[in-house]
Parts: sequence; C-alpha cells; structure tokens
Amino acid sequence: MIPLRDGRRGSRRPRLARTLLAAAATTALAFTAACSGGGAPPASSAPAAGGGGGGNSGYTFAMITHETPGDTFWDRIRAGAEQAAKDTGSTLNYSADPDATKQATLIDAAVNSKVDGIASTLVTPDALIPSLKKAEAAGIPVDTFNSGLDYYQQAGSIAHFSSDEKLAGQQAGAKAKDAGATKILCTIQQTGSVALEDRCAGVKDSFPNTENLQVNGADDSAVTSAIQAKLSQDKDINWVITLGATQALDTIKAKSAAGRDDVKVGTFDLNAEAAKAVQDGTLQFCIDQQPYLQGYLAIDQLYLYKKNGNVMGGGKATLTGPSFVDNTNVATILPYIDQNTR
Amino acid sequence: MSQTVKTAPAGAPAEASNRVQLGLSNRLLARPEIGALVAAVVIFIFFLAVAPSFRSLPSFFTVLYQSSTIGIVAVAVGLLMIGGEFDLSAGVITTTAGLFNAMFCYQLGINLWVGAIVSLLFCLCVGFFNGYMVMRTGIPSFLITLGSFFVLQGANLGVTKLVTGSVSSPNTTQMDGSSSLQFVFAHVFQLGPVQLNITVIWWLVFAALAAYILQRTRIGNWIYAVGGNAASARAVGVPVTRVKIGLFMTVSFLGWFTGMHYLYNFNVLQAGNGVGNEFLYIIAAVVGGTLMTGGYGNTIGVALGSFIFGMTSLGIVYAGWDPNWFRAFLGVMLLLAVMVNLYVKKLSTTRKVG
Repeated sequence: MIPLRDGRRGSRRPRLARTLLAAAATTALAFTAACSGGGAPPASSAPAAGGGGGGNSGYTFAMITHETPGDTFWDRIRAGAEQAAKDTGSTLNYSADPDATKQATLIDAAVNSKVDGIASTLVTPDALIPSLKKAEAAGIPVDTFNSGLDYYQQAGSIAHFSSDEKLAGQQAGAKAKDAGATKILCTIQQTGSVALEDRCAGVKDSFPNTENLQVNGADDSAVTSAIQAKLSQDKDINWVITLGATQALDTIKAKSAAGRDDVKVGTFDLNAEAAKAVQDGTLQFCIDQQPYLQGYLAIDQLYLYKKNGNVMGGGKATLTGPSFVDNTNVATILPYIDQNTR
Repeated sequence: MSQTVKTAPAGAPAEASNRVQLGLSNRLLARPEIGALVAAVVIFIFFLAVAPSFRSLPSFFTVLYQSSTIGIVAVAVGLLMIGGEFDLSAGVITTTAGLFNAMFCYQLGINLWVGAIVSLLFCLCVGFFNGYMVMRTGIPSFLITLGSFFVLQGANLGVTKLVTGSVSSPNTTQMDGSSSLQFVFAHVFQLGPVQLNITVIWWLVFAALAAYILQRTRIGNWIYAVGGNAASARAVGVPVTRVKIGLFMTVSFLGWFTGMHYLYNFNVLQAGNGVGNEFLYIIAAVVGGTLMTGGYGNTIGVALGSFIFGMTSLGIVYAGWDPNWFRAFLGVMLLLAVMVNLYVKKLSTTRKVG
C-alpha cells in the first residue's frame, strides 16, 4: 500500500499563527524540565497483547456498526474484532455510522467490494435487513452482533452474539429491588435506540415503579444537571440505573449536588472509571455485556465458517452477557479493563 | 422574581430641547434584549406555575449552572454573530481544549497549568486560522468553520486513540495542579442550602464585560460596524480583518474556558463529546435578540437566551414531563424568538419619533 502523501501544497501559513505555534512549542519545552507527578507511567514493560498467530488466511471481513464516535464502549468492540482478525490472519475493514440509512449504505459497499464475510450490528432491523439480504444473495456470509436479538434470523445471519438487553434490564431491576429500591430512574442517553429502550423496559418488567429520563449523552454537564433536577423533583426515587458508564459517573456527581446521598446507582456497560467507582462503593454494579468478546466472536465466527463451515450457537444466539461486575469480582476484572480488553 | 416591563405612555410632553426625544416604549423596543427579557419572564412564571419543584432555590441554581455551561461560549458566539460571522467549531473546540490539556500533561508528566496554557495557545491558533481563512479567501465562515469542525472532531478521536490507546482522556485527579485548576474552573460554593458553581460567576462576568465593550468602547462600535456593512466600515477606517479575526479568537478563548470546566469538573473527557453544542450557542444568541445577518444584538440578550435555554431544558424535567419533547420545545422557541425579533425590529425602525 502506498502511504498517503502529505497534502501541503505550498500553503502559506499566516505569520502570526507561526509565531504563536513557535511560542507554544517554546513554552512546552521550557516547562518540560519542570516534571511533576501523576503523569504517564514510564513505558518499559508493557505486556504485548495477544499472540498474533494464524499466519495469513487471505480472508477479508467487513465489520459495520452503528458506533457513536468517541465512545469507550465501541472502542472495545473494535479492539476485540481487531484481535480476532490478527489471530486468524485476516484483514478487517471496519466502518461505522450511527445513522441507520448510512449504515445500510456501508453494508452495500461491503457487498460491492466482494468481501469474504460481513459482521454487522442490527440496531435498526427495518433499515438494515434489506442490505444484509443482498449480501446473502451475493453468497457472502453474514453474522450479527451487539443488537438485534429478535431479528437476526430474518436478516439471514448465520449466528448472533449479544447480550439479551431485556434480560439484562430485568436482572438490573431485580438487583435494585433486593437492595431496597422504592422507585427507579432509568436514564437513556441516545434518543430512539431500540436496544436502550429495551433495557429500561426490562428494568420496568421486574420493577414496575420505574421512570425513564432522556439525557444528552454528548454533554456531561447537561446529563448532570438533568439528573440533579430529576432527583430534586421526585424525592421517591432512591435508585438510578444508567445505560452507560459515563452517565453513571455523572449521576454520582448529580446526587451529591442534589443532596440525595440516599440514592444508589447501578449502570450498564463498563469503563475504567466506573470500575474504580464500584471498588470505592459509590457505584453498586456495572452490567457487563463484554463488548470485546462480541467483536472477537463476530470475526472469529466468519473465519471458522469460511474455513471449516462451523456455526456457533446451535441455531440460537450466543449470549455474551449480562454479567455483573460488583464489589465481589471487580478486583479480578480491573487489570483487563486497563488493557482495554474488558 | 417580579420584573415588569415599564410601559410609560408614549408621547410624553416634549422637553425644552432641540433634540428629538424618543418615547420610552420606543426606546425600550429598540433594545435587542427586550424580546428575550419578556420571553424569559414569561417562561419563568410558566414553570413556576406548572412545576412545584422548580420553585425552590436549589433548583434555580441548577438552572443557572446549566445556563452558564452554554452561556459562556454563547457570549463569544453572540459577539461573533454581531460581527456578521458564524463559528460551527465552537462546540467541539471545548472538547479539543480539555483533551489537549489532559493528554499533553499526562504524556510529558508536567504540571496541568502548563498544559492548560499550551492548550489555550493552540485554541487561539484555531480561532486565528478560522478568522484568517474567512478574511483571506472570502469563503463564508459557515463553510470554513464547518471544515474546522470536522477536522477537530476527527482529530479529537484520532489523536486521543493514538496517544492513549483508548477514546477517553487520562484521569487528571492524580496530576499536579489539578486542585488549583479545579478551583478556578469548576469550584462549587456551598451557600447555605444552595450550591453555586463558579462557572455561573464567570458567565455573568464575561457577559457584563462583553456588554461593556460593545456599548462603551471603540472596539464595540467596530464590531457593530463590521457586522452591519463591512465594506463601508472599511471605508471609514475600521480595521475589519483584525476585528473579525479577534472575534473568532474570542470564541476559541471562551471555548477553551468551557473545555477547562468540563475537564476539571469531570476529570475525564470522552473524545466524542461536544458535538451539537455549537447549535445551542447559536440558538442562545438568536433567542437573545442577535440577528443572523449581523450588526444587531447585545450580550445581555445572549445571556438571557442562555438562561431561557437552561430554564426550558430543566423546567421540562422539573415539571415531570417527557423530556423526549425537549428539542421540539427548543425549535418552537427559536422560531418564536426570531419572529418576535423581526417584529420588534420593524417597530423600532418604522416609528422613529415617539
């Protein structure tokens, strides 16, 4: 592959900008000497992740998701998929778009480029199934993951890897109930997502006194103020279940600002900060659906199917969750989180 | 709060003077923020009536906090719009500022204050670039800053992933300088039952300072002039290029400021944050009486616009309504504000003598 060329064609940098840049660089250099604590640990004995065996299978697989850019959750899905591609010696073409119609177009593009297999999320079945059917018609095997548990067979998917969102919600509700919940607030950070609605619906199944709240996941201060407002408005709420780890941390901030230290918080999905909050006891639990495993299995399945005709799950979906991370097991899981594999 | 708009009878007896004296109602109507003030009072009373938990003092301060996180950047966006330009990169630059600060200091192991200053210089360069490109090429600022919006959004993700191996910034709590920065950008004062976030104070300070500059200084006149008609402003000797570049740099300065708040309030930033906020800043400015065409508006109005935004977004929660409808409310309010502004402007320009 030819590396992309640096595309600067005699562009005239404004003089002031150049001066500013130079000033910035000088300041940086001047202060680098004044080292201080809390920075990155010196890079010395970082363990090499994964074995990278498998030689070169020659297969090219496309993975297409509805990733919201910049979300730590999707980063783990992708890390799993990349490791699987490395382990099986395959090439991974990853692409994503949160807009359903654009995700469908990305699938069409993968079909056009005649890849050896397609792994896709199935978050908006109506929009994606026609495109996945085209892949099936073109003889390209398709598997699905992360979302679409009820639809993967209609999409002609050979296997499906996900958590059962409704089941996870039910278990979260049951767990809160055991811990003395009287009213639960369930926050949704992305408008119109079927999977997220399912989670809150599951919570409501096992704990009927549950209310939903829509928050803006792209702005932590907006999430904090909205939850703070809700907690002061409704004093009956004594449990909050958030559907993403960052919103759980925002909730911890919001409840202390609202003077509601009695409120307990549980969350879906996991990140390093949330795991530490579980360890501290400020967060009751995280429900882990193991995104790394979803990404890994989706690519591994395509490889095994092409190579050996194997299908996982015996005609049923393979569940990667829900598994609970709480104070009983967080210590064992923390190192994997820091490695970006959990 | 019971603010009433004074409506003295028009046509008060003329004073013994050779100056044309405008009636009070007309003088009031000529002020850009009057529509926003009326709207703010109406919305405030409305939520007081329908949302019992809106009536407490702590709720009011939560609203102020929410308004301030939008309001600080909106002050600069308002100034820029009065100067006749847009900045669509104002939302993501807040995230860029925070990410830059956190990663720079974490990787080099230096004090966070140094990173904050370098991050400021970087943000000012972005603002300078926006302004310089707009003036140099004559391409509308909408397009130039749309470009820098995408570049910054992509770089936020790409660089963060490259440097940290993940898509969020390192946690700053353990690093040197974090407590003093936290005090400056995100301190919370406990005043009896209420919590006052320091951003509220900064917001009011910036809005007042900008209002002073606009109304009382030569630079303020220049800003109105370049927004009203850049060609004639240049003809009478206003340094149009420098004023406009300065306005873009003001936006990136206050964007940086808000980014510092996000970083030191939450200690960790996700690289995808901030997208979409650029429209909230523009909405706050427009609701506050700034005209999209430039040359008209003031920052007191923009502050009122931000306050209306804060009240509406949280008022719906306090009222216990389904917040799914929030964006729809916001859209209706935007349209109403624009129509009121248009109407008021027409009144104030057609009936010159009261």
